[in-house]
Amino acid sequence: MAQALETIPNNVDLSSDRRLQRALEQWQPNFLQWWNEVGPDGFQAHQVYLRTAISVEANGWAHFDYVRMPEYRWGIFLEPHDKERVIGFGDVIGQPVWDEVPGEHRNALRRIIVTQADTEPASVEQQRMLGKTCPSMYDLRNLFQVNVEEGRHLWAMVYLLHRFFGRDGREEADELLQRRSGSSDKPRILNAFNEPIDDWLSFFMFTMFTDRDGKYQLAALAQSGFDPLARTTRFMLTEEAHHLFVGETGVDRIVQRCAELMAAGKDPRKEGAVPFELIQKYINLWFSLSLDLFGGEVSSNAADFFAAGLKGRFREDTLEEHKAMGRTYRMEVPEGGKLVEQEVPLRNAMNEVLRDEYVKDCQRALDRWNKTLEKAGVTGMRLRLPHRRFHRGVGPCAGYFFDPDGKPISEAEWKTKESGWLPTAEDRAFVQSLMHPVFERGKVANWIAPPPKGINGLPIDFEYVKPPSA
Amino acid sequence: MDTYAPPPKLSFDTHPSRYRHWTLAIDGDIARLTMKVTPFGGANSELELKSNSYDLSVDIELADAIQRLRFEHPSVKACVITSGHDKIFCAGANIYMLASSTHPFKVNFCKYTNETRLAIEDASQNSGIKFLAACNGATAGGGYELALACDEIVLIDDGSSTVSLPEVPLLGVLPGTGGLTRVVDKRKVRRDLADAFSTLAEGVKGKRAVEWGLVDAVVPRSKFADTIAQRARDLASKAPKERGSKGVPLDEIGNEYRHVSFTVDEKSRTAELVVKGPTDATLKEDSSFWPLRMARELDHALLRLRFEHENVGLVIVRTEGDKQKAHEIGELLARNDSWFIREVRLNLARTLRRMDVTARSFFAVVDEKSCFSGPLFELLLACDRSYVLDADRVDVWPGSLSAGALPGWNGLTRLQTRFLADPMKAEKVLAAAKEGPIDGATADKLGLATVFADDIDFEEELRVAVEERASLSPDALTGMEQNYRFAGPETLATKIFGRLSAWQNWIFIRPNATGERGALTMYGKPERPQFDTRRT
Repeated sequence: MAQALETIPNNVDLSSDRRLQRALEQWQPNFLQWWNEVGPDGFQAHQVYLRTAISVEANGWAHFDYVRMPEYRWGIFLEPHDKERVIGFGDVIGQPVWDEVPGEHRNALRRIIVTQADTEPASVEQQRMLGKTCPSMYDLRNLFQVNVEEGRHLWAMVYLLHRFFGRDGREEADELLQRRSGSSDKPRILNAFNEPIDDWLSFFMFTMFTDRDGKYQLAALAQSGFDPLARTTRFMLTEEAHHLFVGETGVDRIVQRCAELMAAGKDPRKEGAVPFELIQKYINLWFSLSLDLFGGEVSSNAADFFAAGLKGRFREDTLEEHKAMGRTYRMEVPEGGKLVEQEVPLRNAMNEVLRDEYVKDCQRALDRWNKTLEKAGVTGMRLRLPHRRFHRGVGPCAGYFFDPDGKPISEAEWKTKESGWLPTAEDRAFVQSLMHPVFERGKVANWIAPPPKGINGLPIDFEYVKPPSA
Repeated sequence: MDTYAPPPKLSFDTHPSRYRHWTLAIDGDIARLTMKVTPFGGANSELELKSNSYDLSVDIELADAIQRLRFEHPSVKACVITSGHDKIFCAGANIYMLASSTHPFKVNFCKYTNETRLAIEDASQNSGIKFLAACNGATAGGGYELALACDEIVLIDDGSSTVSLPEVPLLGVLPGTGGLTRVVDKRKVRRDLADAFSTLAEGVKGKRAVEWGLVDAVVPRSKFADTIAQRARDLASKAPKERGSKGVPLDEIGNEYRHVSFTVDEKSRTAELVVKGPTDATLKEDSSFWPLRMARELDHALLRLRFEHENVGLVIVRTEGDKQKAHEIGELLARNDSWFIREVRLNLARTLRRMDVTARSFFAVVDEKSCFSGPLFELLLACDRSYVLDADRVDVWPGSLSAGALPGWNGLTRLQTRFLADPMKAEKVLAAAKEGPIDGATADKLGLATVFADDIDFEEELRVAVEERASLSPDALTGMEQNYRFAGPETLATKIFGRLSAWQNWIFIRPNATGERGALTMYGKPERPQFDTRRT
């Protein structure tokens, strides 16, 4: 095992940190066991053309080569240390950042880290069967790239737990490998991470919408006064960008295929592609599920985290004002059957502030997909984000019913219209019926357009995944 | 100084058919009490009771359910307390409700919830109804304190649900519903672990919760329902004995009392509580039975006194009626050991104990009209002072009930507590009563009169005492009375009311909790609390 530890790429001086070594020595075999048990099913022995981060230098974070996934070099990287860095927001603004966990914030930080960390292995579990129905070798490789990087993000979080949180941290790290997505006994912490992802439309939606929540959470934590967390999450963000790319372009290619067929006067459904309404329903579902991940619209935790300098706003460093005191945020919340405008102290609305940025970003992707429709010559049909009150399970709108325009409706109306807004069992079965694997080099399934270009400058028909050599 | 709105007027009458927050289901000898708090269904309809957090209206229903289990469902031997939410058992008292309440309301709210938890333990100990907390999700603060009042606690083992007492780290106050007391005194958790537990906002889950003794078992979701069912059956089978099969429905008390009259004189800040003796000394197995109805009315009146008449500082306690009949009914209660009579006795004992922790001065007045006989004799002992008129036909008549059936919070009878220095004196009172009513002079000699005065002095003595009382600091009086009312041995209850509550009530008024930047004030607000760091 000592040998294996030496192969862990890192910039945290692992070789001289005995406490960390001891912790990782115990955790690493469990991680590998977890990966083999619930990681990508059926492809563990394949050679996959993957990107590995081997250093934080400009050319070090994207080293490409074939690798068997269980042998992937999951590294531990923090953005280089900036000795001058000060806390950039909250009540403690201007003080030097913390290199160790302040006792006062130990529990809150641990909770933040564990909640973030739990999503990483969860998504690997959710996606483990997808390889068997991949639409192309290119997509298969992207799936695995996403998976191994989620694995690395887990490592990054576990590093923080091991290095800074003592026995409790080690226990939490162990439990990260014990919870299971969708398990009734030990479910993952956040609900969206217990939803099964058993078709590629869902996978692309997940990487588009749910991973994008991750981006915003990481970006908020990248501002943290707890410097190791900030530095870790900054490095994770570079990888997260690829996941979002996979999702955004994946959906775009599905839209493109659908649009081409429609423009040619054909019915996508009959042609074995994903019809427009179904794409819209999946958007409605995954966007609303992902909105919930930001937490309640009015949150005392969010206010505390901001005040304490633990979690900032998106690109806090580019804002003009960093205390967020004496300011309010106006939002409409349902009260007794109608919507009432409410003024919330800005700090308590930090989840909503972050959600605003997220919604903007999602709208940008929607615009791009609509451009694809337009370019293909489809007129009069455009994809749209549902209102953020639609289909919420968290926050003041949870338990009330709204249509995709955000208009309050009765439960009875919801029941009659739900099947037109969210995927039904038949819809899912239809999507499932399209999922036939395409493993041939350069070939792409019928329901999705081919990617515009390959990975790392390589052609689309490159052999991104090689079966185990006989 | 309080700038808050007055507390909403609440009814203490409810019925399972009208519960908004609980459901009570009976299946053979097992009851199931399921908490699902209606978010805007509390006493203040503007306030969202999120995550199964509770206010007084929720606890009134719980107290009602426990009462009905005892009287209406004598076949029940075990009761499962659980939540109707998927991931939350109970988040405890609603913080915003507490933070926006007056100090007197907070104190009385905590007192009431404490009495309800103690009533659960009383039902377990004396009525053989064993309670099982089925914590099917996060069990925080008052939620864990509710679980602590049960005989067993089972926590779901889902990798995230914890039991916790986050009051100290999050709110800068104490878990005020017996939590600290029960952790070390009832569950006997080691003090260092209790210390760590009570400063850990997120709480303790899984195996460690069992190892530390915070819960009895942790069970995965897939086995939770079966385990709870099995444990409930085990508890029921271990329950001491069959109580009965046919229950006695409890009628509504309402505001028209039959046996109690309660009048308030806001000007002098006094109230007069008159309890009328029975007109009939025979046993009736329904809710009109005098000792049951009378005690329930008295209980009702005490609650209204606490919540609706903050300014009343002194209550003059009088009794009237037929001493002979009161005596007979007292003897009947003491000697009959049917389940129903036992419940009537236990209920009377609880009501008297409610009086013991009511923060008002009580003066008993014994005159020609009085009927301090049988059960009502205990009222005299429950008062802080007794004024006995020196005249013919003025007497008191303790009965067998006073020999042990109606213990106070300290576990002793009120006579024993009164005569701690010389236990023989308690015996002497009981022996004297065997001969019949004890006349005023003898009562005085036996130590039952604070002031024994003839008609020339009596009214004046009483008037001066009442006026003097009104001039004293209400806070100092509360503290003084609480120190004197249950002398002698400590029990869980005396520690809760005398130690935990006293500290809590002190903390409640300290700036570190409720000052402008206190932790309770700042909870949920955008700024963080600031503490005066001086230890006292």
